[in-house]
Amino acid sequence: MKAGSSSPDSSAPRIHWRRFYLFVGAATLATLVAMALLVNIFERKQEAKNPFFRVVELTDDTEDPVIWGKNFPFQYDAYKRTADQERTRYGGSEAMPRTPTKADPRSIVSQSRLEEDPRLKTMWAGYAFARDFREERGHAFMLTDQIYTERQQAAQQPGACIHCHGSVYVPYRKAGHGDLIKGFEHYNALPYLEIKGDFKHPIACIDCHEPHTMALRVTRPGFIEGIRALKTAQGVKDYDVNRDATRQEMRSFVCGQCHVEYHFKGPEKRLTYPWSKGLKVDDILAYYDEARFKDWTHAESGAPALKAQHPEFELWNQGIHARSGVACADCHMPYTRVGATKISDHHVRSPLLNINHACQTCHRWPEAELKARVENIQDRTFRLRNLALDALVEFISEIKAAKTAGRTDEQLASARDFQRKAQFYLDFIEAENSMGFHAPQEAARILGESIDFTRRGQKELRR
Amino acid sequence: MNTRTRIRTAAIAVGVLFGLATGIGGYTFIYARGGSYLTNNPKACANCHVMQDHFDAWVKSSHRSVATCNDCHTPHNFFGKYWTKADHGFWHSYAFTTGDFHEPIYMKARSRAVTENACRHCHATITHEIDTRRTAENDRLSCIRCHSGVGHPR
Repeated sequence: MKAGSSSPDSSAPRIHWRRFYLFVGAATLATLVAMALLVNIFERKQEAKNPFFRVVELTDDTEDPVIWGKNFPFQYDAYKRTADQERTRYGGSEAMPRTPTKADPRSIVSQSRLEEDPRLKTMWAGYAFARDFREERGHAFMLTDQIYTERQQAAQQPGACIHCHGSVYVPYRKAGHGDLIKGFEHYNALPYLEIKGDFKHPIACIDCHEPHTMALRVTRPGFIEGIRALKTAQGVKDYDVNRDATRQEMRSFVCGQCHVEYHFKGPEKRLTYPWSKGLKVDDILAYYDEARFKDWTHAESGAPALKAQHPEFELWNQGIHARSGVACADCHMPYTRVGATKISDHHVRSPLLNINHACQTCHRWPEAELKARVENIQDRTFRLRNLALDALVEFISEIKAAKTAGRTDEQLASARDFQRKAQFYLDFIEAENSMGFHAPQEAARILGESIDFTRRGQKELRR
Repeated sequence: MNTRTRIRTAAIAVGVLFGLATGIGGYTFIYARGGSYLTNNPKACANCHVMQDHFDAWVKSSHRSVATCNDCHTPHNFFGKYWTKADHGFWHSYAFTTGDFHEPIYMKARSRAVTENACRHCHATITHEIDTRRTAENDRLSCIRCHSGVGHPR
């Protein structure tokens, strides 16, 4: 048959249209899948090539995290999530609705620890903590929760508090005309409510990162001076944390800038970490005894009492994780993968809310098993803490009764000292935010010693 | 249009489409360094980025100069080796492309068995003594339960 012939030809091959479309469909699908895969591989390769893109210039004066977030969107997104409120069995905060007032515009707060356990009011009688003490919320709230706590009304709080409730690096340097320590000294003694306007952000990128290299660095004077005092005690002279610490140490030290025990020293209210004898509770009490320091006089018993404040860094230092070289960031900011890049999770939170990344990298057990192990430790610590608290409350009422019955200050001095000790040891675990997990046996020892101090104090009263 | 022209057009369409699919597929294979997966080079295993940490750790491990990834993670026979590579290759690519997988990554039971056999392949003189003392068929001791860090320390 000739081409172009118009006569119908029954012998011409027939086209199987259905088969043809099937072929076309298959080829199209194959092309589609291959293209999608190619683009996906291309994206991963690009991600791996450039861990970040510098779109803005960061300097030592760039305080606002939003600007840093332009260069580091993954880290910034996670950081913003510290506003999440989620409970674990013994920690974490719950969002409680509240009617805003003129003095306190917050519409959400966390649950009150004082209402949960009224025994704490007895332990802290006469101190601002007996008026308002709530479960800590995430980093995002550190500034506002400190401004609006009722403790601000119970007593005038010093400017030293801002050291750990705001981003201080830029304002401190500004106030000190470039000198961080001078700025620190400037703010310490001023009233908190007077200076709060100078501090705009809760903890920000610049508090832990050097803006050009992103290397970790310590910016808070309290820690710089505290760790130097500790190293001096250990025989290391002239320790400069930003010069001498290893990178892995820094991954704990930046957290230890604030998650520590402290006091305000002297009339200049210098924020001081009591580490010049060591980091154990015994060393810290010895330091306070030698300095004849007390936080307040107990309203019911008249004892020269101490308030322990979230000594996470100190307790972690006594535990097996610290001994094995595991840093705070390994569990609280574990490495996580975004596409082909690996970043530290900047959503700082309880490892119990992120067991697979936080624990399973080293501990190859199912999540439920790991959670059970942690809660086992915490349940035991909580029981011991309750025993110690019951004993202390009973002891305080006995001193109070003895005082009413006419015992002199001199006669009560020894018992009051035992109360000071028992209370500080107990509070060291109570105020610490891991319910014993950071160093289980040390926590149990400290609570055991607290109960023993109470026992010996009660014996003193019966003499 | 007569039938012959139709056939010709259809044939060209199919040809172009299949050519496209083959071309793009082939390029994807080259771009993704698909050929490297047939080799023993450990760098190939870190191609897809997820294994980068394992590769970095292997470089510092006690086995770095005597065993590569394939020595411990594929069977020591031709068919088993390439079957395992194909099987793992497919599922790893699938998981990493969809992003739907557990992190940190886990070894499946079959992969564990491959590794257990690989230990025994090289360390037969020691493991033979241990394995012959087992009491039941299935209570073979696991080497990597205790020696978990020999290939890539955590």
